[in-house]
This record gives sequence, structure tokens and C-alpha cells, in this order.
Amino acid sequence: MKNALSSLWRTLFGHPVRAFGAVSLLLLISLAIAPAKNHFSEWRHYQKQYLALIQSRGDAVTLQRHFHEHDGIQQIWLPQLGVVDRCTTCHVGLKEASLADVSTQPFRRHPVIPHTLDQFGCVMCHRGQGPATTVEEAHSSTLAWEQPILPARYVQSSCGQCHRAPLTGTPQLNLGRTLLGRYGCVHCHTIKLPDGSTIQPTDDPPSLEHIADKTTREWIYAWLKDPQAYAVTATMPNFKLSDPDARDVSAFLIADSTPLAGDTESDLKNQKAPDPTAGASLYGESFCSSCHAVQNAAGNVVGGDVGPELTRVGNKVKPEWLRAWLRHPRVYDSGTAMPHFRFTDPQLTLLTSFLGNKTDSDLLANVHLDAATPEQIAHGKLLVTEYGCASCHEINSIKKPDNFAPELTRIGSKPLTQVIFLPGMTHAIPDYIAAKIRQPRSFGAALKMPQFSLAPAQVDALTTALLALTDRAHDLPMALTLPAKTPSNYQPAGKAGRLMDDMACFTCHTINGRGGDLAPDLSWEGSSVQRQWLQAFLKNPGTLRPALIRRMPRFNLSDDDAKELTDYIMTAYQTPEFDRDSMPASGYPPARVEQGKQLFYSKYACQSCHIVDTKADKGYIGPTLTQVGSRLNAVWIYHWLKDPQAMRSGTIEPNRNMSDEDARALTAFLMTQKGPGKQEAKK
Amino acid sequence: MMNRRWRALFVASIMLLSASCTRKPGPTSALKPTGFGAAVAESSGGKQVGATGMVLAQPMVVQVNDDQGTAVAGALVEFSGPAGVSFDPPSGLTDSSGQLSTNVALGGMAGRYQLTARTTTKAQKAADVKIEEIALGYQEQVGFQLDNKYCARCHDPESTAERVSNYDNLEVKPHPFTEGDTLNKMTDADLTAIIGHGGAALNKSALMPPYGYTLSKTEIEALIAYIRLISDPPYHASGTVYAQR
Repeated sequence: MKNALSSLWRTLFGHPVRAFGAVSLLLLISLAIAPAKNHFSEWRHYQKQYLALIQSRGDAVTLQRHFHEHDGIQQIWLPQLGVVDRCTTCHVGLKEASLADVSTQPFRRHPVIPHTLDQFGCVMCHRGQGPATTVEEAHSSTLAWEQPILPARYVQSSCGQCHRAPLTGTPQLNLGRTLLGRYGCVHCHTIKLPDGSTIQPTDDPPSLEHIADKTTREWIYAWLKDPQAYAVTATMPNFKLSDPDARDVSAFLIADSTPLAGDTESDLKNQKAPDPTAGASLYGESFCSSCHAVQNAAGNVVGGDVGPELTRVGNKVKPEWLRAWLRHPRVYDSGTAMPHFRFTDPQLTLLTSFLGNKTDSDLLANVHLDAATPEQIAHGKLLVTEYGCASCHEINSIKKPDNFAPELTRIGSKPLTQVIFLPGMTHAIPDYIAAKIRQPRSFGAALKMPQFSLAPAQVDALTTALLALTDRAHDLPMALTLPAKTPSNYQPAGKAGRLMDDMACFTCHTINGRGGDLAPDLSWEGSSVQRQWLQAFLKNPGTLRPALIRRMPRFNLSDDDAKELTDYIMTAYQTPEFDRDSMPASGYPPARVEQGKQLFYSKYACQSCHIVDTKADKGYIGPTLTQVGSRLNAVWIYHWLKDPQAMRSGTIEPNRNMSDEDARALTAFLMTQKGPGKQEAKK
Repeated sequence: MMNRRWRALFVASIMLLSASCTRKPGPTSALKPTGFGAAVAESSGGKQVGATGMVLAQPMVVQVNDDQGTAVAGALVEFSGPAGVSFDPPSGLTDSSGQLSTNVALGGMAGRYQLTARTTTKAQKAADVKIEEIALGYQEQVGFQLDNKYCARCHDPESTAERVSNYDNLEVKPHPFTEGDTLNKMTDADLTAIIGHGGAALNKSALMPPYGYTLSKTEIEALIAYIRLISDPPYHASGTVYAQR
């Protein structure tokens, strides 16, 4: 037995002395592994490559000195941000401005950004594994570390972790955040922001409670089947309903609709079709295109995106509904962005007929629906409930569901173990989010999320906005974040307030933090303009900027209403900075006026952008100033000249650092510009 | 006998090592062309200004023609570009009008990208076309936004729906920012002076107002970085150049 064992020993390991030698050798080798691994490590390899790269450059000595100040493994440690980054061990040239021409990684200079490496480290923006010292572990997701590097196309999402308001340098992130509201993602998916607020939708989907008054079942069917076939700009997604399902949903919606008093009216007086060109002019004069787009023959969509596209509106709405809508939109939808235009009966006839003729004969040509059966209606109701239609639209017999879809509050840090990837997909959160947005049903035909019609750049923007919703974004101390502007729920009071709602002023104008950005902010309008001018302008808005395409429409206000509104604006919308009447409207000494004129044309060259003399001046950028003396208050002009951005933030008129004397002289000159006719009388 | 064992161990370990090092085979194009052209040409989507890493606003469209200049359907086109550029799809067959469209995402470094669309001719030779796109980095992106807000109203002869150009109304024509022949001759200091102090500062048109009290130093630097990047012909810094020794 012993012999057998010893012969086995010999067969396996040879003579004991030799075996001892071999084992010792193995031990020595294994002891050498650690230093060898260190010596041949990836980061040393890159540092050697870097030294080889810089030694042939003109500023080699400086670069080498910078390098040798900190060779070995580098680390940026920022306890407050939870950053331990060793990326600079291999990315050695990040701070070297003179390496601008080097394009090989990892030696590129970092592009110019407003933050420094020492303040923020690397993984705050780029993700990946900061403490890792091999490329594989730092950049890719491994078994132990699942956070891979963030692809460059989504890098703006990182800005959004701390910056909650829009930034000039992050258009993609800003767009994505807008789209989350604009495409109504947040109707179904709740997104809570770190400050405790919730992202609100901005798409205002119409109520379906009285839909049968507005449109036909055939149109609903065609719309459900393919919303973008009706309007290319439609934000309504495609639910990919089968023909019978679309039939049943349309049957249910019509059956569920209740009539609403006053939302339809027929035009009994005018049976004759009115002049189509007059309708087109009224459409133009009312500046409908400031908010509504129409697709032209070349396929381009021209016009604003506040209201729905009207290319085929004649296929959709019933003429009797359209007429009532145009007369007073708030009867049908009390919260609509559409102003009450106070059109006269003949104008209503013109517009109803003009819009009614905007049809596409192909749209409903193949839609033939038989009368709905109770079973179809019941099945339709089931589908409407299942697809969560009531998350967006008000529907009489179905309540808005709560949390219809998964909450996305921390989607940017969703653990990979909770994600089901498609075969062949990169196992990373950005790829998952983008694929979900691009083709939700590719993750399973039974899924409810509909197909949105988005351009590749929009998908990337949405992905960017969602990737900003990380654990880090939520857990950062509030002191380290830059908050978004808190939304204002400012509401003007009294009769004027009701008038302003009626005319939907807030659709275009912002006042005290609430409203749109199509038109100037009116928070200080009362300090800015003269009472007489304002009242006349509200009655009949003239052109201030001739080159502008989007303009204030005429609301056909009565004298009383115009006066009410003027009084309110003059009283309520004043700046606390100065007294409106502290400088006179006229009576400036001619010498000062002349001095102001000189300054206007020579020192400050205001005619680059403004027009005072309609024959000679060609500045079509700012408002025309031919009657600025009848429009604006003198003291407003004075303060505006001194610091335009202080009077209206974001205005493009440059600050000229004007002396008080120059500003006074220019004000005097501008106040003599009282408009055609009046100016002559002055001389 | 022992030698053989050592050798076996050695071979096994080499095999293990090499197995762990084998790379995945590159994607081979499974597309079989049904048509062959003689040349490929850019149809649209060239000379766009996009942002680093991001998809260009317009897809890049190329067309394959035969030697008569007629469009060829079913020809294979493959797109390629510098590191970091991605194409969706990276290759494909031309449609019935001889065209193929791809969405391009530029790389992570700001600058000019030369992209290639390549088709194979009947004689198995390659015909290609070079298409140039520009990627703005963060700084240039800020400059682009500022240009849009303040400068383009005079410096860009083109009007848009939101912004009508005043270029035609000016007697002394402002230089469009792509006009490299003029702007490349000006130093960064010149541009900073003109933007900050107005045209009069360098005896240029007095109608160019000063923006030194409106824009910050960083913003003016961003604007200049943007102007330099979109310049045509391209701008090469003439300051301290660290040439090869």
C-alpha cells in the first residue's frame, strides 16, 4: 500500500527533492504575480503611451512636469457628492489645453464646460465606475458593477440631475423635458421631481364627454386607427387597434357622449356658400396661424403648435359644432387655450365654411360602420378601460385611473435586474429606455403602451430627460441643486380677470410668472405704456414689429371691455422700481431733443434695429418707434435705455452702459415721436 | 514524461488564455445587392450642424447612380466614419428611387466629421462619396444659441418663421459666420473686441452694436468658439502652435 502510494507520488511529482524545488519555484513565481500584474497593468500602459505621445511635442517639458507632479494612480475624492474617481489615471491629458489637436483616447483634452474636474469628478456626468482602474471595469457593466459609461448622446441628462431649470447649453435635455409634458407621457406615468412636485402634462387632451356633438363615429374610427393620417403633427399615439376594436371603441365613445346645451348652432340665415377668399383673409387677419398649423401642398407644416393642426379639420368637426365653437369656445371647453374672438354672424359663416372645406377625400373614404350593437358598445367600454384612455381624456362613465402605468421617478437608476431586455439588446438602461419609447410593443404584443410618432432626435431627447431621474438626483442635498422656477398659479381678479380668461391672454403672454412665451411679458405693462395707446391697441392691435409673423389678433372688444381691461392693466401691472408719471410725456427742450437725435443716429446707431424715419431707416428687428412717444411712458424709456434686461429679462436689445445724460437726451428725442401727423404739428 | 505533462499544461493554459481573448466576429453584412451602380452621390443631409454624440436633425440621404447617371435600386451602400460615429442603419440597399437614408449620430468630440458612403460596383470596385458634418461641443452649443438669439438677425441672410433677417436692409453687409475667408483672418482678440465694443471699435460698420455689457466673457468666448468651428474654409488657430519637434 505504502509502495503504491509512494509510486503514485513519484509518478505525479517525481523525486521529493525535485518536487521541493518545483514547489519553491511555483511559490516564487506566485509571489511575483502581484508586482508583475502591477507592472503590466493597463493604466501603466496608458501612462507610458501618454509619455511617448507628449515627448515629441513642442511643449513636452511642461506636459511632462504636469504629468510627473502626479503619476501613479490618480483619484478625485468628493465625499459630499459620493465621488471616488480614478479616471484621471488613464485620462491624463484632460486638463491640458495644448492637447486640443489630440483626438486619440484616453489622451484628449476635456472640452470646455462650466465645471472643473476637481469640483465634480467624472462619474457625476459620465457615469461608469469611478474607483475602477481597468477600462473594462470602468466603462462597461460587469457582474459586480452594473453602471456602464453613459453614451455621449445622452450626456446632457447628467446636467439635469442638479439643474432643474432649462440651461442654454443643454437643448436636448430641455426639449426632452418639454416633450414629457407635450406628448402627455406624464398622464399615465407619474414623475415626481426631487423638490416634491410632479411633472404636469401640457398637451391638454380634449374631453370626450360630449364628443358626439363635435364629430362623427367614422372620424373617431379613422383617428384611432392612425392619428397621424389625420394630422402629421398629432401627439396622440397609435394604439394599434384592430378594425373590430376600433369599431367598438368608436361605438362606445359615441354612445357614452352626452349632449351639451349650446355647443352646436346651425347657420339658418346663410344657405348660400360664402366667398372662400373672404374666409381665407379672415383666417389670416385673425392670426389663426399663430397657433394653428396647416400642411401646404409641398407637405410642409406651416403655423404655430399651440392649437391642433387644421389641414383636414373639415373631415373632423361638424359644421354646427364648429360655428358654436368659433362663437364662444369656452362653452364646450372651459379651460381651452383658444381665445374668444367675438366674431360677428357673417364672420362666423365665413370661417365655418372656410375651415369646413379643409378636407381630404381619402381620409374617411373607406370607413363604413354599421349601427353599433350593445355588445360592441360594452366591448368598447372594456377596451377604453383597459387601454387607460381616461388617463388623458375625460369620459363620462369611466373614472381617471390612478397610476395607470409604472412610475418613472427614478427610472434613470433602475436596477438592471428589474429590467427585461430584448434579445440582442445592450444591457444598459439608456438602451432600454430608448427602445421602450421607440417601439413599446416590441417588448410584448400584449403591452398597453401605444406607439408614439417621434423623430429619432425626439426619442433621444426623451431618453435624456428620463435618464436625469437618477437616485443621485433625488438624494443630492438641496443646497447642491439649482431649483426650477416654481410654477405660478397667478389669477387676475374681478371682471378684468374674467375678460383675460375669456381672451386667453395667458396662452401667449406671461404675467407674474404664469403664461406662454409667444408674446411679451406683461407683468410691468402698466408702467410701460400710455393709457390711451393701450385702450386703442386692445380695440385694434396695430403692428409694432412689421417683420413679425405671429401677431396679436383682434378680439373685437367693446369699448367698455377695452376700458375695463386698460384700467386693470394700468393699475395692477406696475414695476415697484419707479413712478410711471415721474417724467413728462412732452415739453422737452429742443436742444436736448436734437442731442438725442444725434445720439440715436450716430453714437448708438439705433437705426440698425429700429425705425424712426420710415423713409430712411431700415431697422426691422425691434419695434418701430415712429409713434413711441404716444405709446410708451418717458420714464420707462429712460430705464429701458439704461438696462433693458432689468425691465424685461431675456430681451435682445443690448445694454449700452448709457450715461444718465445720454439716456435723458434719447428719451427726450423718442418722446417727440408721436406718430404720423402729430410729429409734423410739433415742428 | 514529466516534460509532456508540463507541455500539456502549457498548451492547455495557452488555449484557455486565447479562448478568453477571442473577440466576437465583426458583423457581416447579410444584405445581398440586387443592383450595382457606378457612383454614389449625396442627396441631402450633408453640411449639417449637430451636437456631439447626438443624432443629426435631418437624415443623411445618398443616391446610387449607374454610369449614365440613372438611379439604381437595390444597390448596397455602407456608411462609415471616424470613431464614435454611428449610423442607423449602417448599411442597406437603395430603394426604388435609388436612395438610402440613414440617421447619423456624431462622435463625442466637437469638430468636423468626414463621413463616407460606399457602394460596390459591378466590377467589385468601391465607389464612395465623402460627406461632411459638424458637431458642436458644449461651448459651441452655447455659442450657437447666442448666435440664434442675438446675431443671426443680421448676420444670417436667411429668414425663419420666428426670425426675419434684416441682412438685406443693411448697406454694409455683415459677414455670415460661415464666411471663413474673412473671419479666419481675424484673431480671437479682434472678434472679442468687435463683439464687446461694437463694429466701430475696429473701424467696421457702426451699425454693429456692442454686446460687452449684455454678454459675459464666457458667453463671448463660446460665441467665438462656435464661429471658429462652423467657418468655411475651416479655421486653423494661428496662435501658439506646438508643432512636432
